[in-house]
Amino acid sequence: MSFEPKIVGFLCNWCAYTAADLAGISRLKYPDNIRIIRVMCTGRIEPSFVLKAFASGADGVLVAGCHPGGCHYQEGNYKAYKRALLMKKLLPQFGVAAERFRLEFISSSEGEKFAAVVGEMVAKLKTYGPMQSVNLRLAELDGILAEAEGGAAGGRQA
Amino acid sequence: MADKLKFAFYWNASCGGCEIAVLDINEKILEVAALADILLWPVAVDFKKHHIEELPDKHIDVSFINGGTRTSEQKEMAELLRCKSKAVVAFGACASLGGIPSLANFHNREEIFHRAYIETPSTDNPKGIFPQVKTGVPEGEVELPLFFNHVYRLDQVIDVDYYLPGCPPTPEMIAAAVTAIATNSLPPAGTVFGGPSTVCDSCKRVKQEKKVKGFHRIHEIIPDPERCLLEQGIICAGSATRDGCGALCLNANMPCRGCFGAPDGVADQGAKLLSALATVLDSNDLAEIDTMINQIVDPAGYLYRFGTSSSLLKHKLAGAGESADQGVQAKQREVAK
Repeated sequence: MSFEPKIVGFLCNWCAYTAADLAGISRLKYPDNIRIIRVMCTGRIEPSFVLKAFASGADGVLVAGCHPGGCHYQEGNYKAYKRALLMKKLLPQFGVAAERFRLEFISSSEGEKFAAVVGEMVAKLKTYGPMQSVNLRLAELDGILAEAEGGAAGGRQA
Repeated sequence: MADKLKFAFYWNASCGGCEIAVLDINEKILEVAALADILLWPVAVDFKKHHIEELPDKHIDVSFINGGTRTSEQKEMAELLRCKSKAVVAFGACASLGGIPSLANFHNREEIFHRAYIETPSTDNPKGIFPQVKTGVPEGEVELPLFFNHVYRLDQVIDVDYYLPGCPPTPEMIAAAVTAIATNSLPPAGTVFGGPSTVCDSCKRVKQEKKVKGFHRIHEIIPDPERCLLEQGIICAGSATRDGCGALCLNANMPCRGCFGAPDGVADQGAKLLSALATVLDSNDLAEIDTMINQIVDPAGYLYRFGTSSSLLKHKLAGAGESADQGVQAKQREVAK
C-alpha cells in the first residue's frame, strides 16, 4: 500500500473554508488526505496547534485564510503570516521540513485554488514520507519513555 | 536529633549553579542545618552512593535533585533517591524543564560525540576513539555510564512531587520551599513553586503598545531602562514565562530568557513566544515582514532555551524530510573525506 499522508488543515471561516465548500459544491476532485478544522480566523491559530499536529504524527499542516487586505477582522491573516514565517524557520531546527507546513491565502471564490493546494501538498508529502510521532521517536531513541508514555497505563506526562 | 528532617541534594546534568543557589540563602543555610540532616550532597558533604543504598526506603524526607538526565548513571541515582525519599523536588530549570542541557536534543548521541571527540579544535583523536559503555583492559572490564540520545526532565524519569524552576531558583523560593517542608504546610503534589502568571505581570517597566520595526540583539542597542524591552525590539521571553523570580533579569536591564518555563495553562512555551514575537512586528507589507523575521537568527535557541525537553516536539526528528536530506549530505561529506 502506498503512503497516504495525513494533512491537518486549519481553514478560516470566511475565506478558505468557504473555498473548500465551493470546491465540494463544484464537484472538484482533490485528494481526501486533508482533515479540516474550521476556525473563525487564521489569527486564532496558535503556533502550538501546528506543533501539536506534527507532534501527534500529522505529515503536513495547512493554514489557509483570506488574502492580504481581505481579513474579516482587519489583520488576523497578517498575524498568521508573521507566525508562519517564523514557524518555517523553527521547524527545520526540529528536523521537520519547512514545506510540511504551508500558509496559503485562498478567497471564498477560489475553490479551484484550494483543491490545487491540497493536491500539491499531498504530492510533496509523498516524496517526504511519513512523519513519526514524537512519542514513538522518543521511545525508539533510548527506550526510556516507551514504558512511561507508550502503554495504556502511561501516566507520566509526555 | 531523631526529630530532624532528612534532606538529600543531588546533581545530574547541570552546571553547579543550583548548588551555589542553595548556599546563596546565606545565613538561612544555618537554619536549614539546624532543621535538617543532610544525608547526601556531593558538592559539600562526603557521603557516597552506598550510604544511601543502605538506608531504609522512604527514609529521606525530601530529595532536591537538579540537572537534566543525560546518562544512565544519573537515571540510576534519581531512581535510588526516589526509592529512599518521601518527596522529590525537581530543583532548577534543568530538572523541571530540561534546561540548557536539553538544547542538545537538537542532536543525537552520534552527532554530539562526533562534535566533542572529533571536530572540536582542541581535540587530538587520530584513532577516532569514542567513549564505550564497556571496555576491556588487562585488569578486566571497565564501565562508563550510557550516554542517552535525549536529555530528559526529571519527571520523565521518576515521579516528582514539587518543582522549583529557575536558573537557578531564587533564594526566596528555596527558603519558601524549605519553610513549607519544615512547617509541614506543603502544597498539593505537582505544585510549581513560582507564580501562576507571566514575568510581564511582575515586571515594573512601562508597557505601551507593542509595535516594533525589527529586532535587535542585546549588544546592538542601549535600551531605555524604564521601558518594556520587547517594545524596544529586544527579544524578551517574559510574556511566555512563568513569574516568581521578581523580574530579576529585567531589573538588571536584561531581557527575560525564560528559565521558569511556561506559565499555567500553556502547552508550549516556545510556541507562545513565537506567537508574541511574530505579532509585535509593525508591518503589513509581506516583503518587509520577511526581512524582519529573518532578523531572528536562531528561533529554536531563543524559544526553547531552557525547555526543549518540555516542548511539544521535544527532539529533532529523523525522517521528516529535512533531516533525511541532511543525513544524505553528511554521508556525502564522509565520502568526500
